[in-house]
Amino acid sequence: MKLAHAFALTCLLGAAGVAAAADPNLARNLAATCANCHGTDGRSVGGMDSLAGEPRDRLLQKLLAFKSGERPATIMHQIARGYSDEQLALIAGHLAAQRVRD
Amino acid sequence: MATRRSFVKGLAGAIGATALGGLAACASGKSRARAHVVVVGGGFGGATAAKYLRMWSQGTVDVTLIERNAAFVSCPISNLVLGGYRELADISVSYAGLQSKWGVRLITDEATAIDIDKRTVGTAMNGVLRYDRLVLSPGVDFIPNAVPGLEGNFEHVPHAWKAGPQTLLLRQQLQDMADGGVFALHIPKAPYRCPPGPYERACVVASYLRRHKPRSKVLVLDANGEIQSKKVLFAKAFEGYGGLIDYVPNSELRSVDAATRTAELEFDRIRADVLNVIPPMRAGTIATRSGLPLVNGRWVDVDWLTMEARGVAGVHVLGDALQPAPAMPKSGHIANQHAKVAAAAIVNLLAGEAPNPAPVVMNTCYSFVDERNGIHIASVHQYDAAKRQPMPVDGAGGVSTAASEIEGQYALAWAKNIWADMLA
Ligand code: HEC
Repeated sequence: MKLAHAFALTCLLGAAGVAAAADPNLARNLAATCANCHGTDGRSVGGMDSLAGEPRDRLLQKLLAFKSGERPATIMHQIARGYSDEQLALIAGHLAAQRVRD
Repeated sequence: MATRRSFVKGLAGAIGATALGGLAACASGKSRARAHVVVVGGGFGGATAAKYLRMWSQGTVDVTLIERNAAFVSCPISNLVLGGYRELADISVSYAGLQSKWGVRLITDEATAIDIDKRTVGTAMNGVLRYDRLVLSPGVDFIPNAVPGLEGNFEHVPHAWKAGPQTLLLRQQLQDMADGGVFALHIPKAPYRCPPGPYERACVVASYLRRHKPRSKVLVLDANGEIQSKKVLFAKAFEGYGGLIDYVPNSELRSVDAATRTAELEFDRIRADVLNVIPPMRAGTIATRSGLPLVNGRWVDVDWLTMEARGVAGVHVLGDALQPAPAMPKSGHIANQHAKVAAAAIVNLLAGEAPNPAPVVMNTCYSFVDERNGIHIASVHQYDAAKRQPMPVDGAGGVSTAASEIEGQYALAWAKNIWADMLA
């Protein structure tokens, strides 16, 4: 099903030309930049906090506090400042929707 | 999925009957074989790409990984093996998880040739493989004959810049060195793999010597004019070792005499007890001999939206092999991030969708200044459409304020998590 769907889409876009819209996977892609430390989909294997399943607003609040410098950190202030507030909100939303366990 | 479906419906409505006619003609496409991506190289870039292609395509794309080694051995943390603070087993991870958990087909073999027109990869023992898209993550190879006298002498003059037997060999030479000996370490001109790595190595070797052979010396012969990464922090760490570390900038190596472990510099000749030469390097040979666009004959030039070699559709190149974007280091961390940009782009392209127009990557390099205390450098890179490459974000990133035990622990936690992000 899924496969047939993918091919239908290939053909459709092949005919119509590739649309230049925002990528529907933008949040997923942005959150994947955090996985090196916090684990795939935010599920840490140890030594770093897991982020998967944490409520969006609480995550976002923490990230904005890192960004402003209000929350002390060894590294997260420097990382959070590399993303726009909108990007951080997308990341927080994506991580909140992940399963806590693999 | 809901977004994608409504996107298709909306599009279908908008383009009407002619396009749907095209769709009907395409229906036979259903019987086409599944898309096949071949990944060459199972390091930080390639292994991550293999996993994320399977994960993000929800198993609809077939992935074959060709890797010559039976297990992954991490360069990051390998300096702790050199110092005797970790075993090689601690930095080795099996490739089995990619197969059992993610359904990646593993081939333990050497990729020997790529035909970018026929879309095939040749291997030493497993014949020729066809691909729809290729991911090339070949790491670095040393430039042949760049340092006269070095060729064929890596047993006498180890590089230990690819973790594994070379790491153990250099460890053995360090252990065998008498108290009062000289451990000379040569750093090539940038760019090279892992900018802070050589300075970390000097520190970790010094920490071992301070404890076990305190009359010895670490002589750092740097072809560059200054420390290439975390300069202030490493300069402070070097100072902390008193006279044990001697840092000499602008010391480009002219040649070596392997038998006597002698390094020939422009104005000096140094006879060492252990001679560790990190040779000048370039993109892995499979990349340099396959007709891909190279900068200075050394590094592959890529389109940063898809990670495809410029002008070569369907060949995505990752990691240390690339001509770097501004302020982007050759690190395992950044290779993992390249892989995710490539995986996302490949899944989109195979579905006939445009790649993400705004990819973001970030880097962190943790280093040890002794067996326990760590420091970091970090940066975030956002794609700049006008410059057509990722640019470091002003005001973001930076380095540690000082070395600390907590960052030593984070360095080890980073390693565990990135290894799992690639392989588990
Ligand atoms: C290089 C490793 C690294 C990366 C990459 C990283 N983090 Fe962190 N993160 C840390 C560390 C270390 C801490 C602990 C705070 C500190 O010292 O900076 C932390 C803490 C956090 C916390 C606070 C957890 C809590 O509940 O106390 C959040 C939230 C967080 N990170 C989110 C993110 C997000 C989102 C990203 C990606 C944009 C990210 N991190 C990328 C290392 C990392």
